Amino acid sequence: MSIWEYANPVKFMRASGAILPWAVAGAVACTLGGVAWGFLTPDDYRQGATVKIVFLHVPAAMMAINIWVMMLAASLIWLIRRHHVSALAARAAAPIGAVMTLIALATGAIWGQPMWGTWWEWDPRLTSFLILFLFYAGYIALWSAIEDPDSAADLTGVLCLVGSVFALLSRYAVLFWNQGLHQGASLSVAPGERMSAVYRYPLYLSMLGFLLLFLALLLIRTRTEIRRRRLAALIARETRP
Amino acid sequence: MIELGKYAGTVLAAYGISAVLLVGLVWHSVAANARARRDLERQEGDG
Repeated sequence: MSIWEYANPVKFMRASGAILPWAVAGAVACTLGGVAWGFLTPDDYRQGATVKIVFLHVPAAMMAINIWVMMLAASLIWLIRRHHVSALAARAAAPIGAVMTLIALATGAIWGQPMWGTWWEWDPRLTSFLILFLFYAGYIALWSAIEDPDSAADLTGVLCLVGSVFALLSRYAVLFWNQGLHQGASLSVAPGERMSAVYRYPLYLSMLGFLLLFLALLLIRTRTEIRRRRLAALIARETRP
Repeated sequence: MIELGKYAGTVLAAYGISAVLLVGLVWHSVAANARARRDLERQEGDG
């Protein structure tokens, strides 16, 4: 058996239909469990109760970057092997990534106001995240603007390649730009920088929850795109002279 | 009862906005899927 079998829409629908209930159950349990556990953690000695925002901000930011990387992989599969399901999966993932980026930006701004004394700073990581959000918006708009689905998949695939620079930049900006307000990695394993276990374990659970939520939503949205494509094909066949 | 102190507004705003965005995304995804399935079944039934 090969993974390329799932490029067949019928096989993808069958397999995704079997996985979906488990993904939904896991997403609900881990997301609600992780966020609720995080909400109940004690106050941090410096950040006070605002530390509870990390259980939303970090998983959302992690998914914002990783969803673009997933879209890049799916776009490359489309551009190289012309598998329609991969192009539809990339399209299906974009609104989820846009919402994750928006959550990361919003929760970061809300946390930043009391902690940094400002809602926004033109810091390398914040700026690259804003650009990433604009890339998501542009990607979604480009898919909607082009009527021919194969041309739309080609052009959005190229846009995805270009946007990958900003996805990687938003991940590594804090490492190669020393200026800026944003701190380093939240889950650093370096001695003295490691987050306390009180916060680390609920954060792991919340991250797993966001990952499973993405998987569940990706399956639902890709199935929607496949059904829309099939409907369009049936209508085109019927109206053909 | 959880005591959020002077940051209650900040924490609740972050959780509230995130909840609205996530629930909106889930609702939109599920509703669009149901609509696509219904439209396809109707079309296949007609054909």
